[in-house]
Amino acid sequence: MSSSIEQLAKEFEPLAVKEMVQLPPALVPKPAPAPKPAAAPAAPSVVGLDLASSRSVAVPAGPSAAPAAPAPAPKPAAAKPAPAPVAPPPPLPKPVQIWKFEDKGLHLEVTVEPAHVVAAAEIMDRAGYAIDAVTGMDWPTQGLLEVIYDFLHFQTGERVAYRARIARNDPKIATISKVFPGADWHERETHDFFGIDFIGHRDLSPFMLPDDATYHPLLKDFKA
Amino acid sequence: MNIPKLIPVGDPSAETFTINLGPQHPATHGVLRVKLEMDGEFIVNAQPVPGYIHRMHEKMGENRTYAQYLPNTSRIDYLSAMTYTHAFVGAVEKAAKIEVPLRAEYIRVITSELNRISSHLVGWGAWIMDLGGFTPILYAFDDREKILDLLEAITGSRLTYCYYRFGGVCDDVDQDFIDGSKAFVPYMRKRMKMYKKLVTGNIIFRKRVEGIGPISAEMCRKYGACGPVLRGSGVNYDVRKAEPYSIYNQFDFDIPVYNECDSLARYLVRMDEIEQSLRIIEQACAKIPEGPFQGKVPRVLKLPVGDTCFATECGRGRLLIRITSDGKEEAYRIRLRTPCFTNLSLFEEASQGMMLADAISLMASLDLVIPDIDR
Repeated sequence: MSSSIEQLAKEFEPLAVKEMVQLPPALVPKPAPAPKPAAAPAAPSVVGLDLASSRSVAVPAGPSAAPAAPAPAPKPAAAKPAPAPVAPPPPLPKPVQIWKFEDKGLHLEVTVEPAHVVAAAEIMDRAGYAIDAVTGMDWPTQGLLEVIYDFLHFQTGERVAYRARIARNDPKIATISKVFPGADWHERETHDFFGIDFIGHRDLSPFMLPDDATYHPLLKDFKA
Repeated sequence: MNIPKLIPVGDPSAETFTINLGPQHPATHGVLRVKLEMDGEFIVNAQPVPGYIHRMHEKMGENRTYAQYLPNTSRIDYLSAMTYTHAFVGAVEKAAKIEVPLRAEYIRVITSELNRISSHLVGWGAWIMDLGGFTPILYAFDDREKILDLLEAITGSRLTYCYYRFGGVCDDVDQDFIDGSKAFVPYMRKRMKMYKKLVTGNIIFRKRVEGIGPISAEMCRKYGACGPVLRGSGVNYDVRKAEPYSIYNQFDFDIPVYNECDSLARYLVRMDEIEQSLRIIEQACAKIPEGPFQGKVPRVLKLPVGDTCFATECGRGRLLIRITSDGKEEAYRIRLRTPCFTNLSLFEEASQGMMLADAISLMASLDLVIPDIDR
């Protein structure tokens, strides 16, 4: 599993953004830093709850402490005593990040330049991946909209996602529906909900919303 | 696999006409409209128009706490509600690192598989009714009733279950349920034999599904098709095996795969899946341990900051839930990637050049649940 993922990560490297923006806490999938960010003061009490007391009944599949962890993760026990009053910003995530599947439900996550989404889809296509979903995310305070592309591999079960961040006031991005026709519907739905303009898409008329809809309900400033 | 089109598209220069299938049509299994461009009896282009019962479940997820959102998930695909709530509680448990007691996992597996059988039974009966056979759906609903009675006794609801909780299930099962599930297995096996005689070998049915609606494995990959549609195209993919969740890796079961890529293959996959679900139920009922049914969960549930993806194999295929949390009690965003959405998205390409009556068979073989597409 890991070798093909590492190879993919290498292939993605030239497409990835050079610099990660200081993103909202929710965007920063932090590899468990010792001091918790201030945005989540209640997190320790949630995460750390009763985990220390070892239970005899283990839950799901797979080893919980797998060996191939890229990020050193001294998890809840270390985080508990240090809810710093003014936490330093969490370290920026890497543009190309290999995850442990047990933690994230993902093997590889890449943040690509918006200009390269089609090239990234072609990489996925060549590697034999199937499209899983395309969706959006709104970050009004940062002035960003994010498009998230999910992929999966039928034979290996690997999961790869890549994201592209575009300006909120001019949300335009190329369509990948020429590479994966299945993206057609997903992109159309994303256009509905976020108003993202997928350049080259054959039909961006309202899909889930009524025919005369001019609003985009999943934007955070949407008022019903 | 490259499958040639069985029926050639008519001369494109010929005059075509547009008709509506639905939105209120029994063969669309709900409020789905399909804009059909027809050349005589042949389909030139069939464009599904979903969205008639769109409820914006994803937005609702941003406005309510995780516990409040839980009942929503069972209303997306009402025929396999258990597996949908399973995906949501699974995602939250994964993010918050909540441990689930073993007994609860067994209960989840038994109820999920019972739900899968009842879901397949409806799909099976409705499909054959689409093709003009009325009897099977009555048999299917009869058997499904047995499952619904079992589930109703423990969950209190018959369709939109909200039985799973973060960290377990809301109430323990009693011995009656275990005995009932055990007794259901041989009963259903006997019925499956009868179904085979009644439908699977029926010459009229075979003529309507064999070689109809080819969907190649490559097409499945390009469109992200999943579930029985994918496995009927020769791809051995099941979330229960590929991304094992809950305790599915502790059971001995097979993934039925057929290489014919036609409607019959998808039919046979579903029929075999019922048998595999029975196998899982049999093993789970034999092995279910005593113990607590609910793990420890914080009173105020807040997820750590970041993304979590969790997928389950539902009756119709792969459901992926992606929760993005910003550390509050509500999710920042919940993304529901539903199986029927992707399965229907290939209908436009797959139905080109088919006869209308065959397209109905193809659509029924996708086993659509419309709220699952519209969400």
